[in-house]
Amino acid sequence: MRVSTRTEVALPKRVVQELDEVVIRFAGDSGDGMQLTGTQFADTTALVGNDLATLPDFPAEIRAPAGTLAGVSGYQINFSSHDIRTPGDQPIVLVAMNPAALKANISDLEEGGILICDGDAFTDGNLSKAGFKSNPLKDQSLNRFRLFDIPLTSLTLKAVAETGLGGRHATRCKNFFALGLVFWMYERPVDYTRDWIEKKFKSNEQMAKANTLALLAGYNYADTTEAFTTHYRVRKAHLPPGTYRSLTGNEATAMGFITAGLLTGRPLFYGSYPITPASDILHELARHKNYPVKTFQAEDEISAIGAAIGAAYGGSLGLTGTSGPGVALKSEAIGLAVMAELPVVIANIQRGGPSTGLPTKTEQADLLQAILGRNGECPVAVLSPATPAECFDMAIEAFRIATKYMTPVFYMSDGYLANGAEPWKIPRPADLPKFEVNLWTDRTDFMPYRRDPVTLARPWAVPGTPGLEHRIGGLEKEDVTGNVSYDPLNHEKMVRLRAEKIARIADDIPPVEVCGKDAGRVLVVGWGSTYGAITSAIEVLQRRGAPVSSIHLRYLNPFPKNLGDVLKRFEKVLVAELNLGQLGMLLRARYLVDAVGLNKVQGKPFKVSEIVKAVEGLLGE
Amino acid sequence: MSTQAGGVDLKPKLTRADFASDQTVRWCPGCGDYSILAQTQKIMPALGIPRHNIVFVSGIGCSSRFPYYMNTYGFHSIHGRAPTLATGLKIARPELSVWVVTGDGDGLSIGGNHLIHAMRRNLDIKILLFNNRIYGLTKGQYSPTSEYGKKTKSSPFGTAEQPINPLGVAIASECTFVARSLDSDTQHLSAVLERAARHKGTAFIEIYQNCNIFNDAAFDAFASRDVRSDRTVTLEHGRPLIFGKDRNKGIRLDGLEPQVITIGQDGVAEKDILVHDETAKEPTLAYLLTRLNYPEYPVPMGVFYSADRPCLDEALDQQAIQATAKLGAGSLDRLLNAGDTWTVTE
Repeated sequence: MRVSTRTEVALPKRVVQELDEVVIRFAGDSGDGMQLTGTQFADTTALVGNDLATLPDFPAEIRAPAGTLAGVSGYQINFSSHDIRTPGDQPIVLVAMNPAALKANISDLEEGGILICDGDAFTDGNLSKAGFKSNPLKDQSLNRFRLFDIPLTSLTLKAVAETGLGGRHATRCKNFFALGLVFWMYERPVDYTRDWIEKKFKSNEQMAKANTLALLAGYNYADTTEAFTTHYRVRKAHLPPGTYRSLTGNEATAMGFITAGLLTGRPLFYGSYPITPASDILHELARHKNYPVKTFQAEDEISAIGAAIGAAYGGSLGLTGTSGPGVALKSEAIGLAVMAELPVVIANIQRGGPSTGLPTKTEQADLLQAILGRNGECPVAVLSPATPAECFDMAIEAFRIATKYMTPVFYMSDGYLANGAEPWKIPRPADLPKFEVNLWTDRTDFMPYRRDPVTLARPWAVPGTPGLEHRIGGLEKEDVTGNVSYDPLNHEKMVRLRAEKIARIADDIPPVEVCGKDAGRVLVVGWGSTYGAITSAIEVLQRRGAPVSSIHLRYLNPFPKNLGDVLKRFEKVLVAELNLGQLGMLLRARYLVDAVGLNKVQGKPFKVSEIVKAVEGLLGE
Repeated sequence: MSTQAGGVDLKPKLTRADFASDQTVRWCPGCGDYSILAQTQKIMPALGIPRHNIVFVSGIGCSSRFPYYMNTYGFHSIHGRAPTLATGLKIARPELSVWVVTGDGDGLSIGGNHLIHAMRRNLDIKILLFNNRIYGLTKGQYSPTSEYGKKTKSSPFGTAEQPINPLGVAIASECTFVARSLDSDTQHLSAVLERAARHKGTAFIEIYQNCNIFNDAAFDAFASRDVRSDRTVTLEHGRPLIFGKDRNKGIRLDGLEPQVITIGQDGVAEKDILVHDETAKEPTLAYLLTRLNYPEYPVPMGVFYSADRPCLDEALDQQAIQATAKLGAGSLDRLLNAGDTWTVTE
């Protein structure tokens, strides 16, 4: 642990109020550095030992016109002294760097919450860009909040004056001023961020100094100004013992895939075309050239998966990553991987659709695309991590299934998991799953489509292996020999074999676990990133004694074997998902269960309260 | 008769027959593909590469059935995408000899984007583009190389599209080996194939290939045996562009304007004729040669351009070596514990 206690010494001066849980949202212009501010706050918060969950929320435009609603970027963090699973329904603290940020976020702030605004930014021009007729900082319209109207910009300019930095460069340090201020309020040390600034601006001493001065000035401003009377203390969370680090879902995903390569001894090959919100996986993997990892930035989405298939054919763990529009382009190639029966993982970091949709916002509307979205009878395994940290485990699991069954596997993350961060307990290498991958070398009576009797997998026989020269392709294969065949009965046999192979994966995955009693009035079913909100809601309801349980599906195709039984033990089934009912449709079709949906498509995750309310509605019926 | 050494099959000498698979060849009788297959099988033994280290990758179309007939590893993929599979395979396994077989529709229409990027990256792969100027497998629609005005099933009133120049595309895509040959000129074809095989980097060969069903005699006007020497010019490095039955015609440059001249007429001597330099620093003249077409000019056959440039597959491996030297070899322990960590005790 590298957090020193230097700043903690200077603290005890004002009233200290203990809190269990705090939700802060930083909001400003896209160019104000809000994502950076939020990340710094989150990293520091992780290091002081709180549990946390984050929700970055930013526009697709890199720099929308300054001061407009379209350009508002936000970063929400929930941190606590107990176990938490979501970034929080409502912030209790809002930092708004300009009128547009205030306008876009104020309706979310809890009544009585703390509102910190940069008074300097509330100019006539900015007010009118945000659609304010009068200055809300002056017209009493914010009376229901604890408003801190602070001239952040001018205080920052004063603080950095000694560096000689002027104009826009100086102004841009104001996010660090705001960060210092919030650090003081919540008793966080500035050291981690100070070190980070030093490293980041190693080659620009002036900027390093200015940002550090702004950070300290914000901290000291809060410390010396009468306006701030209270420190809020959130004690360390009681996390299980171990060594931790903070990870976003995309980082965990990349690390899981590299780990799969290290565990199997097979090199990882990642083919990808840049796309939001998946690009960070490419960046992360490209850094790891000192590992058995090769990355290829392809000319398009099709090339990215084509290369992954080619690499898998050559004996690598073939991986491609993208988001929904990219998956649409890859569909035909996924069919080829199904036909050629090669271990390829397709990571879909879902975003709002259809078409280009909402590139930076989260959604779960690609489930049916993953399960069904190809020509022909084209089954693939589909799985989905539930939390940012779980991305690590499910990435490994994706390749365990892909290599064991010689099949493409869809790995379904989304924008919320991708960018959200949480503490991750670092596993001991010995505790990681073991799975062996063997390339086929036996030339005795070798047949490229002779199957393992249990898994139905065909041998992974790669070029370079003497005596196993053979040809594969997208045309229908003759059973066993793999020769091209147009025989009608052979085609039906192969279609059924490919389906059966995927179905048999159900024997090899854990049964679904019920959170709560295993029978009752209402069962809430979720999958993927909604885990945190659903589980938190169920716990709220269960504490009140409501006969409610939940299950969370990590395996979407095939489903866990006990799923049908579990569904039948509840009077009502509520399927909560960020789409118009895709999992619900599958469950109704497969299990003839009269499931109802809780569906939201706003590019935002569920709030805990939304799920609580929906369940209450069902209980009241 | 085969002997085993270190698990590797070492026949005293492989022959063309060793490269023929057990599959029945199913191209139409008389198709130009047969000749290309035969010449490819013929040059393989001389390369000295074991069969198990050779991979043929194809897309969709008549030409793309090629891998089934080679007794090597083979992957018949999807329409236009063969270069992408070859790219992934070659990056993952640089030691393999990777060949792409494609056609004018597969490579230049649906797969055009992949083709240009594969060439620009200079992977050490060989690309054979069978150009028959028609869609054969879909039974006779015009292709991106069909001549302007061509009447086909899908262009009953003639096309109104300018055909693409495959070798021009290759040069514009920074391809490091650019050549053209003809299915029926077996000697020339096998020589060009062998040179391509020995080139380090992406080699692109456009092979004029006759589709005797849907576009018969497409190249006869300049390539049939009786007129070939007068209507084509064979490119030879360091030699003047002389052609004709009597070896008395040549190409002269007037500025950037190529002219067909006859040696001995109007005071023209052999020294006035353009000398072919396939290794020229800039492929400007090579590009100019790709523009020569019958009937205004003889059609050039042979190697247009050949350059020495680092290959992507090798460069990536080099980066990995350098990264490992600089950062140390990665391990599970290092991976998991990187970055800022903190410890929670009981």
